[in-house]
Amino acid sequence: MSEHQVNKTYAEINARIKAGEAVVVTAEEMVDIVRREGPVGAAKKVDVVTTGTFSTMCSSGAFFNFGQTTPTIKAARVWINKVPAYAGLAAIDIYLGATEPAEDDPLNKVYPGEFRYGGGHIIEDLVAGKKVFLEAKAYATDCYANTKCKKELTLADMPHALLCNPRNGYQNYNCAVNLSDRTVYTYMGMLKPGCRNANYCSAGELSPLLNDPLYRTIGVGTRIFLGGGVGYVTWHGTQHNPGVPRGDNGVPRRPAGTMMVQGDLKQMSADWLRGVSIQGYGCSLAVGLGVPIPILNEEMARFTGVSDAEIFTQVVDYGHDYTNGIQRNYGEVSYAQLKSGMIEVAGKKVPTAPLSSVVKAREIAEILRHWILDRGFQLTEPVANFPTVDFSFDVAE
Amino acid sequence: MYTRIYFLRYPKETSDDPVIYHLVKQYDVEFNILKADIRPQRDGIMILELKGNRENVREALGYLKGLGVKVERLATRIRRDESRCFQCGACTGICPVGALHIRRPEMEVLFDPEKCTGCGLCVTGCPVRAMEVSIDRLLKEEPAVAQGA
Ligand code: SF4
Ligand code: SF4
Repeated sequence: MSEHQVNKTYAEINARIKAGEAVVVTAEEMVDIVRREGPVGAAKKVDVVTTGTFSTMCSSGAFFNFGQTTPTIKAARVWINKVPAYAGLAAIDIYLGATEPAEDDPLNKVYPGEFRYGGGHIIEDLVAGKKVFLEAKAYATDCYANTKCKKELTLADMPHALLCNPRNGYQNYNCAVNLSDRTVYTYMGMLKPGCRNANYCSAGELSPLLNDPLYRTIGVGTRIFLGGGVGYVTWHGTQHNPGVPRGDNGVPRRPAGTMMVQGDLKQMSADWLRGVSIQGYGCSLAVGLGVPIPILNEEMARFTGVSDAEIFTQVVDYGHDYTNGIQRNYGEVSYAQLKSGMIEVAGKKVPTAPLSSVVKAREIAEILRHWILDRGFQLTEPVANFPTVDFSFDVAE
Repeated sequence: MYTRIYFLRYPKETSDDPVIYHLVKQYDVEFNILKADIRPQRDGIMILELKGNRENVREALGYLKGLGVKVERLATRIRRDESRCFQCGACTGICPVGALHIRRPEMEVLFDPEKCTGCGLCVTGCPVRAMEVSIDRLLKEEPAVAQGA
């Protein structure tokens, strides 16, 4: 890798934040800055670029310690508002998954099911300050004599609550169409037969991992905006896969990297954690996520200067291919095309709809900028990096 | 799919019959009871959403009328709960008339009640249930039902 013309350390950037001298811009603003001033000029000028994304993120959930009873209990099976939680951890530690439906949910028996209430909704209700009903069953031991308990409680009543999402913030995602002859209800939304609509789910140029495509600064220990509070990246997420086809700018053209994130649920907000019901598919949680990216050098300026027109994804058929594990695509489209409202698939014009909120992604990037400028939010250097692949702009050119 | 909402008033004699059961069995319509107040041996009222093909819904209504049930179409209105909507845009791929649409380049999701036909597709299509059916007339004239009497 070549020497950089601009070299800044995390410590230098944090010192500038402390002194109130840091220049912080959003990933959207960075596009123009890099275009105008070039990567070196932009790297000299800008210290931090803030990113954001807000959409349904499966593989989310929370750990709770719900407090002991008298006599004590070693809960074996637990339900919160009739939604089962996993209790095989310890006496009163449980994990509640976002996609777990209520036990009496009719699921897809009346197709397409509505999935009105599940784990994600409980997380939203709790951060909104609502009471939930917890029920536990157990076998008795000499140290834990209680065999059942029922109690109403709020988030404040829980001794410990940790949002812990094993896979969030997918770096790029498929654009979904349906080439079959019947309507399908998928996690990518309702798709009409005969390729009459296309859904996509990424904040594009605002999305965290698309602004750090090789995971140079986002790694274990990165402090982030999570659900309206402060959280951390704690590992690469499940299904993290850096080895996909990439563009000359290093940006993956397929779903690639992911992040595992966690943070204290008690300081989060229902504005940024929303239970969702996806028709015919199931429940989940919409998560607001924002990552600050330090502009350590001109390479990072170039990465964060990426625009929607330079980020591509593949068009995948969810009517047949996806369910049958067929690795095939129907061409590539850019996020600029997707956001225009119309793409072309096999010579045919297809209207698009987003599933990820650009308005809220922008708001998160703004909030994070203000946290850095007004509250002295400090950047953290990863203590370990995500698995990645070799890349340098010099080789690509 | 044809979806309509009706206000039903049952006479005393029918309120004990499993009317809805017959409706589903014989006319192949789906239903959703939005409000009901039916007590044995008294007049009953119900707000019922019927879904099915147009012909089946029409025949199902004929059946109800034959039983002496007074059936009235309810004017429904769709509104968006702005505090719930998180501007994702999923509904813009569902709304058949463009009442839910995107302003570019901001990517703001707008709702134009003037264009809305009240088809209801967005109600279950919105992942956070921000789109709600509101029944104007009922709230004014049947306050007891509106409050779930
Ligand atoms: S689908 Fe619901 S939350 Fe998303 S933009 Fe439409 S109304 Fe708002
Ligand atoms: S009710 Fe139908 S027409 Fe009205 S906004 Fe919803 S989908 Fe569009």
